[in-house]
Amino acid sequence: MSDPMRIRAVMLGDQVDVKILMSHVMETGQRKDAEGVVVPAHYIVKVTAQCNGRTVLSADWGASVAKNPYLSFRFKGAAKGDKLTVTWTDTLAGTRTDEATIS
Amino acid sequence: MTQSRRVFLHLAGSAGLSALALVAGLLPRWARAVDSRQAFEATAIPAALKALGLSDPKESAEIVFKAPDIAENGAVVPVEIESKLPHTRALAILVEKNPHVLSAEFALPDGTEPFVATRIKVAESSLIHAVVTTDAGVFYTTKLVKVTLGGCGG
Repeated sequence: MSDPMRIRAVMLGDQVDVKILMSHVMETGQRKDAEGVVVPAHYIVKVTAQCNGRTVLSADWGASVAKNPYLSFRFKGAAKGDKLTVTWTDTLAGTRTDEATIS
Repeated sequence: MTQSRRVFLHLAGSAGLSALALVAGLLPRWARAVDSRQAFEATAIPAALKALGLSDPKESAEIVFKAPDIAENGAVVPVEIESKLPHTRALAILVEKNPHVLSAEFALPDGTEPFVATRIKVAESSLIHAVVTTDAGVFYTTKLVKVTLGGCGG
């Protein structure tokens, strides 16, 4: 199982500033290893963030998002203490959900 | 490989479901892009935009697109898009010279700011397109990023 995401969600004025660091190989399926064998594709295709039962971001990714993806975005309509839930799904049906409290 | 094929089929299936929802008018027009995995297979920008359901993109100075002029490591290139256009619904990042041009697409529900920052791979020096979908149409801006060490292959 993959390592947990690092999620930081901070109130900046009336907005929540979110910074997420995921742990994922993000293999494109085009790279070859030392023996010249193609490393099979394995990357995150979908990321969703929810707060108070509402989707605040929905992202679709290709293989060209960098390894150990970083994602930052901002949204309104939440307060300190609310929970932000982030879920990703990858090409091998792997998935991970982590939660952070808005501070 | 069999397994990833299964995932692909699964994704294709869910795209089909969304198409049904579209017919039923349950989803707004721009949401069509959200389940479109086809766009990520495109090898040219016009084809990728078409697969995303976007047409007639116009260049706009109202999109703030930050990326380095020179990327020493193409495997990790920080990019940031901020749209100053009203009613921005989605943001997309496309790299002209990558094997598959579409890098990421972000759907922004109401209440989410038209801003996103991430890090992408850029295979070789290339124009990067930031595409913004709004209620008033599709807009884009570009930036040339020079890569001294490639982000793909090995």
